[in-house]
Amino acid sequence: MFIVKYRNIFFALTGVILLVAMLSAAVFGLPLGADFTGGVLAEVRYEGARADARAVEQALAERGVTGFSLREAGDNGYILRAGNLAPEMRTTLPDMFSLNGVHNATIVKLTEVGPTVGVELRNKAGVALALVLVAILFFIAFAFRKVSQPVSSWVYGFIALITLCFDVLVPVGFFAFLGSITGAQVDVLFVTAVLTVLGYSVHDTIVVFDRTRENLRLNKEDNRKEDFSDTAGRALNQTLVRSVNTSLTTATVLLALFFFGPESTQDFALTLLVGIIAGTYSSICLATPLLVAWERYRAK
Amino acid sequence: MIWMRLVAVAILFAGIGLGWWVYSAEIGGTVSFRLGLDLSGGTQLVYRANLSAIPESDVADSMAALRDTIERRVNLFGVAEPIVQTEKSGVFAESHEERLIVELPGVTDTEEAIRLLGETPVLEFRMLKEGADASLELTLENIPTLFESAILTGRHLKGAQLQFSQGVGALSEPVVVINFDSAGKQIFADVTRENVGRVFGIFLDGVPISTPVIREAIPDGSAVISGSFTPESAKELARDLNFGALPVPIELIGTETVSGTLGGEAVARGIEAGLWGIGFVALFMIFWYRVPGLLAVFALMLYVVAVLALFKLIPVTLTAAGIAAFVLSVGMAVDANVLIFERMKEERRAGKNGTEAIRNGFSRAWLSIRDSNISSIITAVILFWFGTSLVKGFALVFGLGVIMSMLTAITVSRTFLIALGTDSKSRFSRWLFNSGFSKS
Repeated sequence: MFIVKYRNIFFALTGVILLVAMLSAAVFGLPLGADFTGGVLAEVRYEGARADARAVEQALAERGVTGFSLREAGDNGYILRAGNLAPEMRTTLPDMFSLNGVHNATIVKLTEVGPTVGVELRNKAGVALALVLVAILFFIAFAFRKVSQPVSSWVYGFIALITLCFDVLVPVGFFAFLGSITGAQVDVLFVTAVLTVLGYSVHDTIVVFDRTRENLRLNKEDNRKEDFSDTAGRALNQTLVRSVNTSLTTATVLLALFFFGPESTQDFALTLLVGIIAGTYSSICLATPLLVAWERYRAK
Repeated sequence: MIWMRLVAVAILFAGIGLGWWVYSAEIGGTVSFRLGLDLSGGTQLVYRANLSAIPESDVADSMAALRDTIERRVNLFGVAEPIVQTEKSGVFAESHEERLIVELPGVTDTEEAIRLLGETPVLEFRMLKEGADASLELTLENIPTLFESAILTGRHLKGAQLQFSQGVGALSEPVVVINFDSAGKQIFADVTRENVGRVFGIFLDGVPISTPVIREAIPDGSAVISGSFTPESAKELARDLNFGALPVPIELIGTETVSGTLGGEAVARGIEAGLWGIGFVALFMIFWYRVPGLLAVFALMLYVVAVLALFKLIPVTLTAAGIAAFVLSVGMAVDANVLIFERMKEERRAGKNGTEAIRNGFSRAWLSIRDSNISSIITAVILFWFGTSLVKGFALVFGLGVIMSMLTAITVSRTFLIALGTDSKSRFSRWLFNSGFSKS
């Protein structure tokens, strides 16, 4: 199996991808959205042409809205992000956008999150992420408990965990880049996307490991001697088409969701897509090579 | 074989029937999908209760009273299917908070919603108009025509208590005793003296609580409301009267408003994305896996119909994220089939005949399917716990999807394949059951 044979090339490739992802996150940053910091997110649509952005910004500033960012949305709308509003500002928000009735503006979506709710959600998101990783580690170690030769079931679990870290970092890097273009911020849906990617991409890893487990068992039953790298490589080969096909169907529906689906889930679909491609890559080009590398290291 | 074919046909018909039910229930509006606020349009308000003046032991009661009061107010505005619930901040908040969440479908003006909820509730005593039929069932529409305007309001109320009066036959009956302040005492005495024999109504937030008959003049400023109370309902009424105003002060800490147009667009686009997604996946399956692929598409259709029916029956509140989860689950639902088909191909290469290859393919793929799906279910459970209502919608749909897809793949696809089972060794039939670019 060429991926196992040339695993060092794939380790290098993985390193490069990780480096790019982390650089992107470092350069562009990951601004937290209103969900996590508290604040306002408003989406405005205009009947006819939208008001001049400068004029709207001026109107907002005049009424005391601070620390805001205004972005164009679609052909005739804006998205406003700002800190928490005083109650009277909420009443006058439509006026600020319509420039006191000059334009016909409708606030189609308004979200305000109090700071305390944001902090709670932020803490919860971190805990949820940790919980998913730990639960998956334990589950794999449990599911593979009967395979301990030549590699302990915990190693399967830890390698799955390493691939999962990769699966998280890639969409994070991508999202930082996306944010720099579209102004997207980390919100609850982003966290959901990342957690979903974890659950999904561990599928692929489990399927490959499961096949390795089966091949090891069959070898033992038939009293066949085989190098572990060949056994694992064979498993990878046997599951390759399945991994690629499943990812293809999932990627297809995500593309459909991105192009045809609701606006509110477009970034979500894109993040999932990147995460799932990363997950497929990591379970094919990272998981089994790591398993073999570990076994080699132990054998020495 | 005959047996399997019968089962296969039965499954097909069940699927068509279920599909028809989902369709007609939606068109007929009997059992509609439940849409979240981001799809139906509406407003969600989140309040923090200020419990500084409430002793620890009364917190639960106060929050329940708060919820009931707000719920009554919301109902008064004629909002369809409002949701009012209390929530404790979790372990991960900086400080402990009791919150009240109000969802108002169809109300798309945030200011209006806040104003409606912020209004002080009204306790009113109103006389039934002379000659009006007291036995009529009271509705919000006929109250103004049946009752005169208020003679007394909660402004004059001093307090209310639950008491047990000695009824006929020495049965103690729970009643609610209300006390007026001095001004109220005077008004009440005058009114009762002049209107003996007439019916008056006690209203809270416009809803009739009780409509007693005035039996005699009541000079002492207290009135007894009796009726078919249980001790609980009498206690509740006393509480409601005492807490005519909100039992605890509340402070708005979050709002979410989505306009109906935006929600409608999201639904339309969600359906479109779903259709394209299903279409692409179906095409891919048929092109790559040919006959088994076609059967998998039937299984997929059945999966779609079954999940949609579950959404209606449970019922699941659908959000934009929920639709995304459903579309995603369609892509993932074929995974089990793909695993099985790849396995079948291997079995056939190893020289097994058609039916045997199918049976082995299924049984060998099962472990992989089970283990890989458990990880998704774990994720769904954690997401459900993590989530705001938006994410809960996603997690629920995602989890349901994973379980249902596993079920349909291992039962439906399997039955179809065996029912169709061909042991023919002709080149054409081998081609039909083969996949991808492989020749053999």
